[in-house]
Amino acid sequence: MTERLGIVVSASLEGGVVVRLEPGVSVEEMVVGRYVAIQGQRHRFFGMITDVRLEMTDERLASAPPEAGEPLLASVVSGVNTYGIIRVTPMLTIGGDAVTILEGPQPVKTIPAHFSPVELASERDMELVFGQENERNFHIGNPLDMETKLCLNLEEFVKRSNGIFGKSGTGKTFLTRILLIGMLQKSRAVNLIFDMHNEYGWQGTNEAGPPVKGLKQLFPAAVAVYTLDEENSVRRGVKVDSVVKIGYDEIEPDDIALLRQTLNLTELAVEASYQLRRRFGRQWIQRTLELEDAEEVRGLLEETKIHESTFQSLRRGLNTIRRLPFITSHAAEDIVPKILAHLDRGVNVVLEFGRYREIAAYVLVANMLARRIYAHYQAQTEKAMAEGSSPPRPLVITIEEAHRFLNPEIAAQTIFGTIAREMRKYNVTLLVIDQRPSGISEEVMSQLGTKITCLLDNERDIDSVLAGVSGKSELKTVLARLAPKRQALIFGHAVPMPVAFQPVSYDADFYARLAGRKAAGKTEDLEKFW
Amino acid sequence: MALVEGGLTISSPAGKIAEVIEAQTTLFTAQCYELYGLPALGSLVRTGDVYGIVASAATVPLEAGRRPVALGHDVATEEAVFRENPQLGRLFRSEFSAVVVGFREGERVYQYLPALPARIHGFVYLCGDEEVRTFSRSLGFLETLLHAVVAVPPEELVSASLRQMSRKHADPDAFLIAAGKMLAHLLSDDYPRLRSILGRLR
Ligand SMILES: Nc1ncnc2c1ncn2[C@@H]1O[C@H](COP(=O)(O)OP(=O)(O)O)[C@@H](O)[C@H]1O
Ligand SMILES: [Mg+2]
Repeated sequence: MTERLGIVVSASLEGGVVVRLEPGVSVEEMVVGRYVAIQGQRHRFFGMITDVRLEMTDERLASAPPEAGEPLLASVVSGVNTYGIIRVTPMLTIGGDAVTILEGPQPVKTIPAHFSPVELASERDMELVFGQENERNFHIGNPLDMETKLCLNLEEFVKRSNGIFGKSGTGKTFLTRILLIGMLQKSRAVNLIFDMHNEYGWQGTNEAGPPVKGLKQLFPAAVAVYTLDEENSVRRGVKVDSVVKIGYDEIEPDDIALLRQTLNLTELAVEASYQLRRRFGRQWIQRTLELEDAEEVRGLLEETKIHESTFQSLRRGLNTIRRLPFITSHAAEDIVPKILAHLDRGVNVVLEFGRYREIAAYVLVANMLARRIYAHYQAQTEKAMAEGSSPPRPLVITIEEAHRFLNPEIAAQTIFGTIAREMRKYNVTLLVIDQRPSGISEEVMSQLGTKITCLLDNERDIDSVLAGVSGKSELKTVLARLAPKRQALIFGHAVPMPVAFQPVSYDADFYARLAGRKAAGKTEDLEKFW
Repeated sequence: MALVEGGLTISSPAGKIAEVIEAQTTLFTAQCYELYGLPALGSLVRTGDVYGIVASAATVPLEAGRRPVALGHDVATEEAVFRENPQLGRLFRSEFSAVVVGFREGERVYQYLPALPARIHGFVYLCGDEEVRTFSRSLGFLETLLHAVVAVPPEELVSASLRQMSRKHADPDAFLIAAGKMLAHLLSDDYPRLRSILGRLR
């Protein structure tokens, strides 16, 4: 493990450290993304391999390489006249001075001296940097090609909104499930998950085998599953806690604004919805749709100065919403207080969409519920501040297809845009999942504290995920070379330095480890609440 | 009087083979006691505490300016020429020059130039196997040889010395690879030269 890889031959703060490999070390083992430790004279540096290169001392070697009959020449030049170079981007230093001994790893402010020896980072090194598994640190995976556990401090993680990105099929959903479990076990935060594809609550699909367990199967007492599609949920054997129906009267023009593109509405039609809301009050949708009489319609349009075609366009849009099976004219039960009651008790809420996976349904419901829940948190937090009492339990809202809520055109209007921008002002943060991060507004992207990204191959997506990160071009090489499945790069607020890793296997062993921990962990406390 | 590679005295390594007749800091010339009693090109020799690598050799008339005449017309073999003209052995001399590559001081061997050149009339010994192995534990002499100013091309000199030395090592290949790596460092910007030296080791 502490085998010497090579020595530092040149370095700059800007360009990173150039390491000449020892003759016996194969370049083929120097995988981009791997961590190495450089023992300088006063500091120990940690850095990521970001480039690998072959070099020769004399260009003439390339034009007349040793031939088959020259085995001595071949073995002599290798490692001496031809050698491997790795480029290392230093991320942290440790030890050396009082500060780092007291405060742990520090950002890199200098470079290692000439000929400092370089070796693969050891398990101990990684533990020093990422911390050991404990009551706050959750084991999320292993750094690439290492046995060491990569741990994430989830209390730190949930302090900011975070993002999980990657092409379809790269492992976002599995990773999210792992993180949700981590939060559930190792942070004070409670989760509200808008589960578009029914992957988190009861069980999740698995391309490679039988379905995997969802949160409720693993932590029955700590998770409540809500569904918009009772029939579908029951058919899938889900133990449903609540069926969600939504009344027209709960839908606000803001929700319609968000659906403008999806419902193919004009700006004017959206504006008209605000007018009609003022005019009809909470019943505005029902009243608008029920207007049959041509005279009445004309009267209304004259009075509100809404154009006939605009009105018809809005009606078409509202009709689309009305056709969603979970929409009723008036829901018998307001679901929001029920959700809030669960969240207040620390019970995580998963809302399944069943068969209703069309984006309109998802955007509408997630936005509506989040808006009202957020308002509650806002009130609670302000009250707590005024009274000096303790604020509500931190809430993390998980949304998929995040660019639908957070694209530049609508990010300013949606509740999710607000949450992302306000950081944790009201104890609510987001976990956004998306396969097309370039669709998310730059401002929102820049607010995300920690980003975890699986493979992306679209240049614009890569750029948007890495925007503003130091060492961007080096991380780009690492990101572009992740395996198409089950490898990810994590960087940002909750980790001391970026690291490429393989998420833990989500399987029976994983469940067993969780169960082992459950006895001592925080879920036990939750059982009491239940 | 058959010329065995490695010198006539290979069977008696401790014996002296020649005597210094000219000495400079970087080079000494010695005259062999026997006609054709020459050590092979590249052999390690020692006079006093000074080590040299045999760099060039010649057999010339004892008296400068005298030219030999052809004598073998009526005899069947070359040996017979000498048998029938026993004075020949005293009319010619074999001499060689050695590039100074180091010296010893007590037990230690240093592979750089000694403070003083070899002494005139110093006896010259062909180093035995053990002494060659001890000397070639370090390879600094290769750099001296590469830069030596002698009539023989340095590539020839270096490869000849390595051929000689490798034979004395238990694992000649390992020795050649180590020496080759050293040369590769020294010639890191001159690959054709490296290749030509290594090509002469086959
Ligand atoms: N951590 C993991 N453990 C086990 N299998 C995984 C893991 N991550 C990904 N997979 C496999 O890869 C497939 C795709 O992962 P998924 O999370 O559904 O991708 P995405 O959400 O990015 O489309 C899964 O069905 C599963 O077979
Ligand atoms: Mg998915």
